[in-house]
Amino acid sequence: MSSVPISHILILSTALFFIGLYGLFTRRNMITMLMAIELILNSVNINFVVFNKYLYPEKLDGIFFTLFIIAIAAAEAAVAIAIIINLYRSHKSIDVEEATEMKW
Amino acid sequence: MEKQRVRLMNYASYIALIPLVPLATFVLLGLFGKKTLKPLAGIIGCTALFISTALAVYAAYHYFFTDGKTNGVYQAVFVNKVHWLQFSPSLSIDMEIMLDPISVMMLVVVTFVSLMVHIFSLGYMKGEERFGTYFSFLSLFTFSMLGLVMSANIFQIYIFWELVGLSSYLLIGFYYNKPAAVAASKKAFIVTRFADLGFLIGILILGFQADSFDFHTIIQRLTDVNSPQLIGIATASFLDISLLTWALTLIFIGGAGKSAMFPLHIWLPDAMEGPTPVSALIHAATMVVAGVFLVARLFPVFYINEAALVVVTWVGAISAFLAAIIACTQTDIKRVLAYSTMSQIGYMMFALGVSGYGGENGLGYTASMFHLFTHAFFKSLLFLCAGAIIHYVHSNDIKDMGGLRKYMPLTHLAFLIACLAIAGIPPFAGFFSKEEILLAASQSNSAIYYIALITSGITAFYMFRLYFSVFWKASPPAPLQRRGEEENHAEGSFSMKLPLVLLTIGTVGAGFIPFSQFISADGKSFASELHPGFSVLPVALALLGIFFAWNLYFRPSEKPGKMAASLGSLYRLAYKKFYIDELYLFITKKIIFNLVGRPAAWLDKNIVDGTMNGIAWTTGRISTAIKGIQSGRVQNYALWFFAGIIGLLLVLKFWMK
Repeated sequence: MSSVPISHILILSTALFFIGLYGLFTRRNMITMLMAIELILNSVNINFVVFNKYLYPEKLDGIFFTLFIIAIAAAEAAVAIAIIINLYRSHKSIDVEEATEMKW
Repeated sequence: MEKQRVRLMNYASYIALIPLVPLATFVLLGLFGKKTLKPLAGIIGCTALFISTALAVYAAYHYFFTDGKTNGVYQAVFVNKVHWLQFSPSLSIDMEIMLDPISVMMLVVVTFVSLMVHIFSLGYMKGEERFGTYFSFLSLFTFSMLGLVMSANIFQIYIFWELVGLSSYLLIGFYYNKPAAVAASKKAFIVTRFADLGFLIGILILGFQADSFDFHTIIQRLTDVNSPQLIGIATASFLDISLLTWALTLIFIGGAGKSAMFPLHIWLPDAMEGPTPVSALIHAATMVVAGVFLVARLFPVFYINEAALVVVTWVGAISAFLAAIIACTQTDIKRVLAYSTMSQIGYMMFALGVSGYGGENGLGYTASMFHLFTHAFFKSLLFLCAGAIIHYVHSNDIKDMGGLRKYMPLTHLAFLIACLAIAGIPPFAGFFSKEEILLAASQSNSAIYYIALITSGITAFYMFRLYFSVFWKASPPAPLQRRGEEENHAEGSFSMKLPLVLLTIGTVGAGFIPFSQFISADGKSFASELHPGFSVLPVALALLGIFFAWNLYFRPSEKPGKMAASLGSLYRLAYKKFYIDELYLFITKKIIFNLVGRPAAWLDKNIVDGTMNGIAWTTGRISTAIKGIQSGRVQNYALWFFAGIIGLLLVLKFWMK
């Protein structure tokens, strides 16, 4: 079980984080951006779980945090999709480049 | 002690009503006088004042005849104390009613003259657009003036002092669509406010040093030679003049502003722009004597400070004399009366200045109050007569008048009696009070006595100049003749005649009151008798003045013009009121505006405003430069956010170890 070294898992989560970040910065489709954010959150979840498991196996704090983040991610997805639907209604598009009215 | 308490209770039950009834009228008419109550405004005002007058007379009767005296001395009675602002255990500002001989006397004078003016106004202001407002202002004034005379401490008097100033301002500017009236009201307000600054500083010095605002306590502490307060205020000095002198002189400046004493008198003649009954009430009989009243109120303190008393004396004497000279040359009937008011108040002032303290030595004090009392009657009578004349002639200028005795017999008689009274001809009221003043002056200061003597001769001259020019001289101008024959009511309605009759009775009778029995500097009665030998000279001078006036103005002649021409620049000097107005204008416009006003304005515009505008301009420029960051692109924001985090991370890693 513990044959997988911690560095492997951390590399995975870091890779996941930057993939998510890349997606967030480059994609114009808002649904894709939302998915990228989910990737970032999941990389954080992995970090929490893995540190909990490897450094403080007798505690549960990291796992609890993960559960919180999953719950918040669900709520966040609901809000984000509501925003996206409204945006689509008013702009007939969910391209983030099209929605730049909120500026000086 | 038990008796004392019963006495206080007696007064407490009704005395506060005297000022509060006019206050209620003011509120009522102020709120509803424009529309709903407009037709009733006059009746309401007169009824309220009648109640106040009746109560005041009742209170005066009680005070003077039954229970004012304890052991032969009139004592001050304090009732209805209300704690208002408690600054420290020893220092507070209270509201309290103080009854002593002079405040009771003033109560009667103010309510009576105010009642007369209210009744007169019923006819005089009839048909006026703002009839209700006028009566509400009159009530406000009456309330303030009554509050002023009943004040028990110096801060309370200051509050009412400003209130009478305000009501005076409102009433002078009553015809607000007339630019001259607006200018006059502003002038009166600013000049008296300027003087009140002195008053306020004086109050603060006196209150701080005596550790009390109470008149009674201040007088008690500062007249006791051993009290620490007196030693403190008399030894502390500023610019080598003791603080006591400073305080009293500054307070006197406030009084001089209100009482139109030289050189703060410039507002009074202009104040005649207001309705004539208002001039009779405020600018002749009541408000303008507030300064005299104030000095009298603090007289025991003034008495121990010779320097302040000398200032009072000379300012009074100079004002009396200057005003009399100016009055001889003016042609506006109300302005002549205004200058004569100033002159008579000058008499009251120097009478206080030359007065001693205690028993018969306090003759000047008694005489001053006596003159204040009689002056209120004959001067308001003169003004109301002038009001009746102006009502008929529609002009203030005596050149438009003449021969009016045919059409206004009652006014003629009243005016004549008032003129005789002010000239000091026995047996009219002014004779008695003026003789007392002259007697007091002759006993203490001969220079003042001669100035007063000459002034009384001039007074007789200018008053009879007015009288002959208005009622005799030529036959009246043609349009007036026609109107006089067509209309039977040259003198106005009954409400305009009644006050003239009542005030004439007062003018005839007031002099016979044995004033020294009731009012003296220390509250002890003393007997004053006439000195027939002494009276000969002033009366002869007055008769001489009347003779001159008769000679010059009884029938139209060239003589006055020639005399004026032969006096040349002297006449011009007096006609232009000694150029005091011009001097003020020069000082304010040329010196203060240029040297203080303009630099201050420049500083305000360029430095103060410039700083503010500069800050706004810089902020604007910076925000224009950086507003591009807020592009509206969400991904840009995310990038900035991420860059920020990276930055923070680097900072934490490398610099914040």
